[in-house]
Amino acid sequence: MLEIEIDGKKLTVPQGSTVMDAAHSVGTYIPHFCYHKKLSIAANCRMCLVEVEKAPKPLPACATPVTDGMKVHTHSDMAKKAQAGVMEFLLINHPLDCPICDQGGECQLQDLAVGYGNSASRYQEEKRVVVGKDMGPLVSAEEMSRCIHCTRCVRFTEEIGGFQEIGMANRSEFSEILPFLGKTVDSEISGNVIDLCPVGALTSKPFRYSTRAWELSRRKSVSPHDGLGANLIVQVKGNQVMRVLPLENEEINECWIADRDRFSYEGLNSAERLQKPMIKHDGKWHEADWQTALEYVVKGLNGVSRDHGKDAIGVLASPHSTTEELFLAQKLARSFGVNNVDYRLRRSDFRADAAQQGALWLGSSIVDLASAKSVLVVGSTQRQEQPLLASRLRQAVKKGSELNVIHVADDALLTKLNAKLIVSPLALVNALAQVLKAVVAIKSGESAIDLAAVSVSAEAQRIAESLCGAESASVVLGNVAQHHPAFSELLSLAQEIARLSGARFGVLAEAANSVGAELVGAVPTRGVFGAAVSAGLDAQQMIAAPRKAYVLLNSEVEFDSYNPQAAVAAMKSAETVIALTAFKAEGLLDYADVLLPIAPFSETAGSFVNMEGRLQTFNGVVRPLGEARPAWKVLRVLGNMLGISGFEYTSVEEVRAEWQGKGDIAPSLNNVLASVSANVQPAATALVRVGEVPLYQADAICRRASSLQATRAAAVPVAHAAQSVLDAAGVQSGAVVVLKQGDGQVRVALEADATLPAGVVRLATAHPTTIALGGMFDPIEIKQG
Amino acid sequence: MLSAQSLALIDREVAKYPADQKRSAVMGALRIALEERRSTGETPEARCLNQEVIEFVANYLEIPPVAAYEVATFYNMYDMKPVGKYKITVCTNLPCALRGGVNAAEYISHKLGIAIGETSSDGMYTLLEGECMGACGDAPVLLVNNHSMCSFMTSEAIDKKLAELK
Repeated sequence: MLEIEIDGKKLTVPQGSTVMDAAHSVGTYIPHFCYHKKLSIAANCRMCLVEVEKAPKPLPACATPVTDGMKVHTHSDMAKKAQAGVMEFLLINHPLDCPICDQGGECQLQDLAVGYGNSASRYQEEKRVVVGKDMGPLVSAEEMSRCIHCTRCVRFTEEIGGFQEIGMANRSEFSEILPFLGKTVDSEISGNVIDLCPVGALTSKPFRYSTRAWELSRRKSVSPHDGLGANLIVQVKGNQVMRVLPLENEEINECWIADRDRFSYEGLNSAERLQKPMIKHDGKWHEADWQTALEYVVKGLNGVSRDHGKDAIGVLASPHSTTEELFLAQKLARSFGVNNVDYRLRRSDFRADAAQQGALWLGSSIVDLASAKSVLVVGSTQRQEQPLLASRLRQAVKKGSELNVIHVADDALLTKLNAKLIVSPLALVNALAQVLKAVVAIKSGESAIDLAAVSVSAEAQRIAESLCGAESASVVLGNVAQHHPAFSELLSLAQEIARLSGARFGVLAEAANSVGAELVGAVPTRGVFGAAVSAGLDAQQMIAAPRKAYVLLNSEVEFDSYNPQAAVAAMKSAETVIALTAFKAEGLLDYADVLLPIAPFSETAGSFVNMEGRLQTFNGVVRPLGEARPAWKVLRVLGNMLGISGFEYTSVEEVRAEWQGKGDIAPSLNNVLASVSANVQPAATALVRVGEVPLYQADAICRRASSLQATRAAAVPVAHAAQSVLDAAGVQSGAVVVLKQGDGQVRVALEADATLPAGVVRLATAHPTTIALGGMFDPIEIKQG
Repeated sequence: MLSAQSLALIDREVAKYPADQKRSAVMGALRIALEERRSTGETPEARCLNQEVIEFVANYLEIPPVAAYEVATFYNMYDMKPVGKYKITVCTNLPCALRGGVNAAEYISHKLGIAIGETSSDGMYTLLEGECMGACGDAPVLLVNNHSMCSFMTSEAIDKKLAELK
């Protein structure tokens, strides 16, 4: 420990601290622009100059290591004069166009100029002008003359984003910040450079010029997208969400949010929002009042249950719904006598249900996952599924963690991998079994799974050695593994690997409330906190054996299902489809019979349980749009109208108290299966599809966020396959082919892609152009276009 | 994009650094790329670095294209603008200026009929002002195509030199 005195305050700091760190720890503010606690030190803005006794010149606090007995003055005449001098230089080329600048009012340069600069400028000469740049549909770089060259954005893309997309070209007076010529900034977390920019050079394209920062009220919320549960500040004006910013939470999202969290609010204000209940009569949609619509729903449900029995009704809920909504949905269904409730629409393997002993979750906290010395990620298109977690794992690798990957495509993870096994979905089980076999050998253990048919590859051996050799290790299954037709086998193998190697294991929750849905029993085999229930049909069975009536909570089955073809067919064959939805979706208009407008996360109070089992509650930030109502209220009234008792809630807190009263979260989280089994035979070779959900198609809100939909990541999907697949089909790369699954087919360009294993055609699901196809990881045929 | 010969030279540059620090070779690689373009390019546009070449070099070194672009635009010996077959850079810094550097530049300018910073219409010559070349005692000095340094460039010496550069 070193002793240092800052402005007369004595303190001790650890070896290697900088003066800036020391000052922060005693609450002394030192002005700065280029310094950021999560980025490397650049020391190029010079704003943090302070006086250090015995040093002849002022020193930059951000880059000066503390030495024992150092005496620092942050407000001495020397320091003040240095800071004022730096400020004068920074403002020489700055346009001072604050009145028309989008950053005005929340600008670090503006604030520090007032605090540390002079009141008037002595500079009379011409200022330099920098032409604007095109960084894509999210980040605006129109006014680059305002840039003060702090290089925070450059360091962010390189260090946090993983790939330097922004650079500083030329030198001295001609320096300018730009993306590579003709390229846009395509990182899935690019929006953070807007927060990082201390001036108005990089601003939010969707938000700019819509309102002033001081007109906005700030409300806390939680991201409704991926399973991380990023904390948000939602900024509101006139009952409309205007902007979303990160709320710092070191244990979850640090100080970042993904672009999906930041820009999806445009979906909340989209023209597709459903504002009034709607009923379909003779194929035509009519607006109705709530009473009529709810009576119609009750009549429909009673009719189907009278004619076909309660089992003819199925409830498909989205895991992007709040815990309270999911709790009430399953309570309403089960009280009514319907046991067919499921939230796992994209799951294709439910064999683990019988052996499951609790809610599936990450298996550790997010912090523990990021600090594990060895991590094995199985079946995860990481940057698409969990943009922020992927970034956090990259940071972990930099700190010495070993990242191992078993996946169906060799995606660029922008980090160093210890080992990787890239195989066809058909060989995924075998690949994980190889690791298990190697772990069994290293630990001289025994596994309940028969591994005789498995031969261990060198990479699998490396993965096993990494997991067994690390003092803390984690095995996690991503979306591809969870949606995979052999999920239960993958989970079994992960469990065995974890048991033998001492690693933790779990799943990366797909949606904001996947864990919450598991906990409150939005599954056919378990009730609230695992309470025993009479088992119903799971999501796949409800589609495979179509029901007469479906109740959809926030679900658009054509985008949310494992097999959109079958799901849409099932909906169309039903007598009635009741949709509780925030959007007048094209698909719903086609197959639903009644649409009840419910409030998205921004307009209702509720809670999400994130992947680590953390309950995060939030309140609505604006009033529901039009006649939309929070889904918990709709479900409550439906309960009353169906004559079910126990639906007399007056607030969402009562609903929360009820489900919370039935158990505790922590003991209910359990990934361990009562019995494990897996067929580890190397798979037969056949052509299968790899159909992941695109980055901005994951949920109803981001599908309607216009700026996100304009990004490169949201481009119309193109099929990819290894050259060997193209050769076998006799097509050239780039040729338009017909891809066929079941009865459906789509015409799409097929391009050669060296990152894919043999026997695979990769074509995204959940996109309007591909929903005619079938299962995400099912066989697929290529026909000449 | 680049010849096998140039790639072999770049590989030699790469070999000078640890395997996981290929980016260290970016300056050498850009120099080699520029050298190939200068010696094979038929027009001023084909003799300088452009976006495609920089991207190729970056991909070859497995670094982000913008990182290579930063380097290429930082150093002024990497020609980013069209350049003549002979790029003549005359030092006009103070010590040279005191010993006739500016006069030498003006003489060449007059003789070639191009202003400083321009390329002759036949694409043969580009005349540039340069910064100190570390040979003040030999002033006036000029540099031909980045590599060949010429000292004591009096008017006669310039005439002789230009006669060689055909």
